[in-house]
This record gives sequence, structure tokens and C-alpha cells, in this order.
Amino acid sequence: MELGLLVLGSLITVAAYGLTSLGRNASLPANIIPFLAMIVGMLLATHLIVRRFAPNADGLLLPLAALLNGLGYVIIARLDPALADSQAAWTFIGLAGFSATLILLPDVRKLEPYRYTLALVGVVMLLLPLTPIGVNINGARIWLRVGSFSIQPGEFAKVVLAAFLAGFLVDKRELLTISTRRIGPLHLPDIKHLGPLLLAWGVALIVMVAERDLGSSLLFFTLFIVMIYSATGRSAYVVVGFFLFSIGAVGAHRYFSHVQRRVDIWLDPFADPKGAGYQIVEASFAMADGGLTGTGLGLGSPGKIPFAATDMIFAAIGEELGLLGTTAVLVTFLLFMSAGFRVAHQARSNFEKLLAGGLTALLGFQTFVIIGGILRVMPLTGVTLPFVSYGGSSLISNYLILGLLVQISHRANAPDSRSSASRAVPGAGGRAEAGMTGGQRVRCGPHD
Amino acid sequence: MIDRSLRHVLMVLLACFGVLFVQLNRIQVFSNTELRENPANTRTVQRDFARPRGLISTADHEVVARSVPSDGSFEFQREYPEGELFAHITGHLSFNVGATGVERSYNDELVGRTPGLQLDGLTNLLSDSDSTGQITLSVRHDLQTAARDALGNKKGSVVALDPNTGEILAMWSNPSYDPNILASQDGAAVNQAYADLLADEANPLRASAYRDVYFPGSTFKLVTASAGLEAKVVTLTSPVFDVASEYVAPGTTHAISNFGGLNCGGDLLALLTSSCNVGFARLGAELLGPTRMIDQAQAYGFNTVPPIDLPAAAASQFPTDYGVEIRSPSLEIPAGVFENTPGLAQASIGQFDVAATPLQMALVAAAIANDGEIMIPHVVSEVRNKKGDIVDEYSPSVWQQPISVQVAADLRTAMINVVENGTGQVVGFPELAVGAKTGTAQLGTVPAKSHAWMVSFAGPVGAKPEVVIAVLVEANDADPEQTGGRVAGPVVRRMLEVFFAAP
Repeated sequence: MELGLLVLGSLITVAAYGLTSLGRNASLPANIIPFLAMIVGMLLATHLIVRRFAPNADGLLLPLAALLNGLGYVIIARLDPALADSQAAWTFIGLAGFSATLILLPDVRKLEPYRYTLALVGVVMLLLPLTPIGVNINGARIWLRVGSFSIQPGEFAKVVLAAFLAGFLVDKRELLTISTRRIGPLHLPDIKHLGPLLLAWGVALIVMVAERDLGSSLLFFTLFIVMIYSATGRSAYVVVGFFLFSIGAVGAHRYFSHVQRRVDIWLDPFADPKGAGYQIVEASFAMADGGLTGTGLGLGSPGKIPFAATDMIFAAIGEELGLLGTTAVLVTFLLFMSAGFRVAHQARSNFEKLLAGGLTALLGFQTFVIIGGILRVMPLTGVTLPFVSYGGSSLISNYLILGLLVQISHRANAPDSRSSASRAVPGAGGRAEAGMTGGQRVRCGPHD
Repeated sequence: MIDRSLRHVLMVLLACFGVLFVQLNRIQVFSNTELRENPANTRTVQRDFARPRGLISTADHEVVARSVPSDGSFEFQREYPEGELFAHITGHLSFNVGATGVERSYNDELVGRTPGLQLDGLTNLLSDSDSTGQITLSVRHDLQTAARDALGNKKGSVVALDPNTGEILAMWSNPSYDPNILASQDGAAVNQAYADLLADEANPLRASAYRDVYFPGSTFKLVTASAGLEAKVVTLTSPVFDVASEYVAPGTTHAISNFGGLNCGGDLLALLTSSCNVGFARLGAELLGPTRMIDQAQAYGFNTVPPIDLPAAAASQFPTDYGVEIRSPSLEIPAGVFENTPGLAQASIGQFDVAATPLQMALVAAAIANDGEIMIPHVVSEVRNKKGDIVDEYSPSVWQQPISVQVAADLRTAMINVVENGTGQVVGFPELAVGAKTGTAQLGTVPAKSHAWMVSFAGPVGAKPEVVIAVLVEANDADPEQTGGRVAGPVVRRMLEVFFAAP
């Protein structure tokens, strides 16, 4: 199934690439055959690696990601051929990273014992841009300059911190689940167990204030809440989290002009259509121009939208492919999310469940945050559209997430899991997995 | 338990995506027109410049606007082969200064954005055709040229239309401008030329024929006569007004005199024939009163923007406030006396605050020529697709019905009498039934200056009139004492010659 879908995805990408060129120059691009060969070659190689190292994995995940990546590439190539070359390189590195994850990490649970190391690594990565090696780009201090490349360590920190959280929560979930006090309908856990939540809140605030990256800040916090809620099933964490979020949001709005500006633009982008609101206004015009069926690939003018290849790529898709195209993108993300949550559902250990669920939710909310920002559902915060937007760090980290999901899926569907389960790292499961024995599918921990 | 929680997370995400989908529909489909028409949106105009655009041709098949491939900043260059002759009809299409005229009001048709043209383009998807619409004007090249040549270098306007359909056959205002200068792709040159045109006191950019208003003077007496006939206060032959050289309205000591200080009077036919100020001022002020005059003027379309298919038409004006009644109707003054009855007396002869476009005065004559009905005026007769099939055709419809068939017939009789025995003899042709009304609207300046008007209809003897012509020559220093008959009359005559000479 995977192979067929990959071929289908490749054909869609190549057809779109050809159509774009037809739309712009009324001729097929000279490199369309090598282009087709390259895409099919890369995906075929990756497919073979999946067959070899994760043969039982879900067959939907990789083709869906490849389709999004391909569509993104076509739009980027249409906007700026120079960016397209680097995006092709990033895709190659991303697929390599994906393959490396499958090869080097046959059992995702191997990460579990290193949870505190991961936490440290994650926080360091997150804060690295604040040190002198960090650089400001477009007002956000989230970049590291390495040679001629800029990388966003925050993109990788999200994955690393998700792994830490999964390990930490599996270890501590019982403690966190016990409620010691009750306020109204809310069962609140002991105040000291709110620690992780408060830590997340602090980290999110630092990112927002010091690095001026509203989008990532919001996503970190969402990731933490989603994972704590998933591990404990306690809505109290969501309520408290929302409360903390509100305090942070109101405070940020009051004291930080860049937050105020974003909110003002969101409330009325047309107040200053040529200035502050320009980006969002042009994005709206572009999508309105697209209408139901779009202007056609290569026939619109998405170049007018600032950051069309990165943050605003969804608007460029809306212009040239119309409501049909944007709906197709939304549906593709929905399919990806369903596949991701199915992997979490089938996963054999709670660690894998939490990790798969958390990472899938992260991609889902990231998609919502950027598209919602473009569509004026919420203030625009600069995050990438997973797999679609231009950007090396984002694309590679998305492929690493994909690698983890595929590997978890493979182990979950293995016909005989005795071998892999028996290789479980001693002590990894913690208390929550105490009841788990090899070969037995454990769907969930103790019910409350 | 984790599974249950993750299911909740998935549900929240689904709800979030639902919100995105709803908003996406709103922006892209349901309220996208609003976004497309936002003044800050430059996409539509930019795209229009990158696409082919339909031809605009006259009724007699002369091309007056076309797009040719260009090596400039846009793929196509708009050309106006006739230069200034059709500038006020086609308007111009300029990236820097926008579009006017037909270029603006028929933009969707010209670029092929109307549903009819798009459907047409869809069925021809595989053939090599674009969906641009080709526009045919009702305006005739020969009549437009005749209007320009007959008016010469005088500042003024000529409107010729078919009273039976509302089709405008010629509409020329001098001065005009060359739209090619504004359609240039050299932005700096365009901006300079536009600034120069705006600074020109004669305002060549403005299509005065339908966008500027002037004192209509004695041509407005047709409206006053209509009100009298409609109200049955007068007929063509009764009552007989006293012969006098002055009229002093109740409430003032300021006298209205006849043109040149002559004596005049008699029945309505005589009043129209001699264009008698004294008689019409008294008819409007004392016999008809404010309500009947206001109603009649508005029934002709005054105080309303005419629904012509060109942008930014001006509404002609008839004042509507004459104050309260200060003396009840009496046998002597049946309309009663109002605070500003003197103003109404002035208004009844087309002075005071009455102001009309040349187009409006043509429409007054059109109602008389067309048995009381004013057809919606328009300059475009049909839109064809690239293959030449008609996709949209103008069907005549009634705009106003200011007078009855009988009143229209009476006024035709009176206007023909003006040509046969009165101030309009210059436009008489033995083989045609021509009716006219002249107007010499004094501006009250020192030294005296006046606008010269003539409105007329003409057709074969015994048949319905086929054409209506309105000519306005603006007041000027070179000929301060110009009159409608002497200055506007020859222009009408020339137009009739060309109209009836054409096969």
C-alpha cells in the first residue's frame, strides 16, 4: 500500500510541478524527467528502508508527509527557484534523518531512561539562541548561525522535550493523578506536582519574551498541557493550564508591544492595510482571489504575500489552488493526524503512546496555529506549516517526528512482539508499566 | 486512560480544523467579493493588465479601443486608435490613474469575468480562445465625428440618441483628451500627463455631456409646459396670456423680462414659439405652483442620477424648497403664493438653481419624441464573445414616464412650430418633421454671457421621430451674446444632415 501511495503522491507532485511551469511559461520544464526520477528515487529508497527496518509500520504516514512536502516544494519552486534548490536539499536530509531514525532507533523506548538528559538537552537547545551565537532574524531571536546556514534549534527542542515529557509522565503519572485537594468540581493534585506545568509555563514565557517567538511559545505550552492531560486524564491540568495561559497572555499583551501589535493587527488588519496589516491583508486578498478553484498553478501572484514560502504558504496555496486545494491540504493533515493517533492507540507501551500522541498533537496544533493565524481565527504567530513550508530545521524535525511515529507503529503491529518486548530496557517502564509482560498488548494503565 | 485522553485531544483538534474550514469558506468563497473589491487590493487591476482585453467598436464597426501585445512592464498595451474622439465614452484604462468610461463600467465583460463569458470560455477549453468580451457601442463613428467637427473649437457638448431605444448615437464634449497618454506603461509620464490634465481649467478629462450641469435656460420651458398640460391647467390654445415685456412675481419687485426686452404673450403654442419668459414665469409661479413643478421636473429625471451605463453620471437639479405658503390660492393666483414664489418663477424658465446635463435635456426631448417614455440611456448595445456570438444584448426598457401620449403629441406639435415659425428655423428640412426648442441661458454676469442650447427631435414626415439631439455651447468671451438658435442650431442641423444622409 505504501509504495502505491508514494507513487501516487509523486505523480501528483510532478503533475503540479509541470502545470506550474505550463501556467507560467506555457511550456513543460526542461528538467521534468530528472525531477520525476529524483522524487521517485528518493521516495523509493526511503520506502525500501521502511520495508527493511519497519516493515509492519502504518503505510499512510510516509505517503501523506511526502505529498505535503511535494506540494510545498512545488509552491516554493514557483515562488523562488533558489529556495526550491535548498528545500530539495532539506528534503533529502530530512528523508535521511527519517531513515537514520528507523535504523539507529529500532526501539523508541530506548529513549526512556535518558529522559532527564533529554530535558537538559531540550532546554539548552531552546535557550541557545539567547547566547551570543544566536542571531535575530525578522525580529525573533530563535536562530543559530552555523557557517552559512541558519538553524532553529527550537524546532528540534520540541521533539526532544516531547520525548522527555513522555518518559517523565509515564514515570510520575500515578503521583500526578492522585488528587489531594478539591476545589469545587476540580480535583487538584498536590501543589508540588504542578511543578512540570509551572516549568512549562516558565519556559514558554521565556521563549515569548526573550526570543519573541509567540508561535513556538504557544506550541510548547500546548504540547505540555496535551501530554500531561493525556497521561493523567485529569481535566484539572487543562483548567489550570488555561488559567496560567490567560495570565501569561494578558500580561504579555499589557507589557510587550510586539504582542500588542499582533493582537491589534488580528482585530483589525484593514486599519493599516499597507503597513502593519499588510501581510495578513495580502494573504486574505490572495485567498479571496483564489475563490473556489484557484487561479491555477503559476497563474496567480502569491509573490505579493510577504513570507509566502514560509509562514504564509497556505495563503499561496489558497490563491492558486482555491478552496478545493486548501481543503485538500486540511484533509491531508486530518488523515495524517488520524494515522498518528491510531499509532498512539496501537502502541504497546505507555511511553510510546504518549510520545506518538504528543508528537501528533504537536503537528496538529502547529497546523492549526499557522492556518488559524492566516485566516484571522487567531493572532498570526510565525510558525511553519509542517512538511509544507520552506525551512530546513522545521522540515528535518518533522521527518524525525515521522521516523518516531513509523517506528512506534512498526513495533505495535509486529506479529510476534516477544523479541522486541523482551529487549525492553530494564526499569524503563516504571511503575505504570509494572503490569506489562512481553507479548501482551497493554492498552492502558490502571483505570481510576 | 491515555487512549481516552488522546481521543479527547483528537476531538479538540477536529473542532479546531472545523473552525478553519468554516473560515476558509468565508474568505475564499462566500465573502470573497468584498475582499476583491477592497480599495487596498491591487491584485484585480494587476491581473487585468496581464491579460488580453476585448475590443471596443462603434455601431458602424470602427475600433476605438484594442489591446496589442507589448514588451513593456505588462503583457498588453491598450490602444485608442481614435484618440480624443471617443475618450469620454471609452474612457481610459491606466495602471497608474485607474479606469473610466466603458473601460471601467464594462471591465468584467472586457476581461471575460462575467458568468456568461466564463461559461463560454469553459466550453471552449480545448480550443485556442480566450474569454474576453468584445463590446459594440451604440455610438456611431460618423455622428461622433460630425459632432466634433460641427462644434469645432467651441466649448460645449453634443448628445444624439434614439428616443425609441435609449441608444446613445453620439456624445461629444469639447475639450477632450487623448486616452493613449494615460494608458502608457511609463508611469512617470502618465502621472505628469494626468496632473497636467487635472490642472487644465477647461477640464478635458471630464465628460461634460453627462457629468456637468448647466442652466438649461429656455429649453426647460418644455418641462414647465409639460406640467401645465399634464395638470390640464393649460392647453396649446388656452388660456391666452397677456402680451407684456415684464413679469413681476408676487413677493418681489424684481422683474423678469423677455430676451432682448421684446413683448410677447398668447397661448402656450405662441409662448413656446417665441420662447416667452414672461408667460412661462407666470405659468409656473402662479398657475402651477411648487408641487406640480417639482413633480414634473422629477418625473423627467431631475434630482436623480440617470441609469446610464457609464460611471459617475451627474444628477440634474431642480430646487425643491420654496418655503411655506404665505397667501392661499385665489382666483387671481390659483397656485397660491409661497415664500419663494419669485424663485419658482425663475426656475420655470430654467434659471434660479435649475441645472441640467446636456444628456438630461436630450432625455426631456426624448420623452416628447417617444410618446412620453424615457428609455434608459446607454452607450453599449451588445457584448460578443471572441467567436462573434452575442452573449449579452441591451434590451430597451423604460426609465421614466413623465408625460402622457397626448401631452407628448401636443409638445411635438409645439416644437415643430418652433422650427417652422419660431426660434428654431435654422434646423428645418423640407422632407423631415423636425421639432426643436432653443435656450439662451443668461448667466447674470457683467458683461452678459449666456449658454446657448438647442434640443430637437427629427423623423420622416408623418412617422415617429428617429433621433433626438441636444447641443450646448458654453458661454464664452468670444461671443458673449450667443443665442441657442444662432450658435447651437447649426450644430443640430449638421448632425441631422449626417444622420439622415447615412444609408
